[in-house]
Amino acid sequence: MSCEKMESRILAYVDGRLKESERPDVEKHLVACAPCRLRAEEFRAVSGLLEELPVIEPSPAFDARVRALVAAEPVQSNWWAWLRVPPRVAFAASALLVAALWFGTHKGPGPLPVQVDDAQMMQDLPVLEDHDVLTNFEPLKELPPPADDDSDNVQQQM
Amino acid sequence: MARTDVQLMLDVKAGDEASFELLLHRYRTPLVNFLFRMVRNREQAEDLAQEVFLRVYRAREDYVPSAKFTTWMFRIATNLALNSVRDNRYHKLEDSMDAPVMVDAEDGGEKVLDVADKHPNIEQHLVEGARVKMIRRAIDKLPEKQRAAVLLHKYQELDYAEIAKILSCSESALKSLLFRAYESLRVELAPLVAVQGRP
Repeated sequence: MSCEKMESRILAYVDGRLKESERPDVEKHLVACAPCRLRAEEFRAVSGLLEELPVIEPSPAFDARVRALVAAEPVQSNWWAWLRVPPRVAFAASALLVAALWFGTHKGPGPLPVQVDDAQMMQDLPVLEDHDVLTNFEPLKELPPPADDDSDNVQQQM
Repeated sequence: MARTDVQLMLDVKAGDEASFELLLHRYRTPLVNFLFRMVRNREQAEDLAQEVFLRVYRAREDYVPSAKFTTWMFRIATNLALNSVRDNRYHKLEDSMDAPVMVDAEDGGEKVLDVADKHPNIEQHLVEGARVKMIRRAIDKLPEKQRAAVLLHKYQELDYAEIAKILSCSESALKSLLFRAYESLRVELAPLVAVQGRP
């Protein structure tokens, strides 16, 4: 194995993640190659140094802030969300639908019979108007009342 | 028997808020540490970790267990961290030359160095602090993607295939990325490596 090929394997060898099938070739190269052997040792040393970094704990308020952010999230809606209606609304809508179907299928006594013929009433309206004009026509009110024996007088003159 | 991450996430999807609490408890510390090591600012790391949990929660309805939960979660975290690091790069350029000297605090964060503070073990404290600081600086000097690869490989114990998915690269590209990162680290940490490597 060449030093170049070692580049993709040396760290995996150091951290113990190298495939078992690749290990013999790597170990054989390390025995023969001093620079790669030194590199492997120093990579192991670097890995040990990285473990010295202290671990920090999140601040006490961290969890509370996450919870507050999550609580402030609006309720998610998707394409089907509009189908989800509150139970009260669903009940009211169902009751309305049942009522509409019942009225639609159970016919009542039908429309009331026409008491007044609309066309006839329209024809009678001028007569009513004439009657109204005549009853309120002032000159006619000033005329003397008609004589009861008008027909007799006519007969006498003839 | 503890429920797996995938089972917990499916329970969250079904409306079980308590399962989300378990995921939060399980991953709060690894996430904050990963993000802190990426962005080097504790407050920002916590803000980003909160954002990760929020995004996980938002995605619950569409969650499909096609990949490991940790792969998915750390992919969100890595993307947020890489964007944040790129944004911060410009802010750092604007930092004043007379900014206070910062040292590593015990909790892993940073604090302003108070020269008048006469701590009885200050020498030892500073020596240990300097060692940790050297390691941190070596990690900070890595290009963002190499840094993310090292952190995911070393601290999250994810396998190569998972890290490659998180970083959207091939497994061979990841191995090359890690090799170059470790080469840089062994140069940066040469004084410590020599001592560490001594039998």
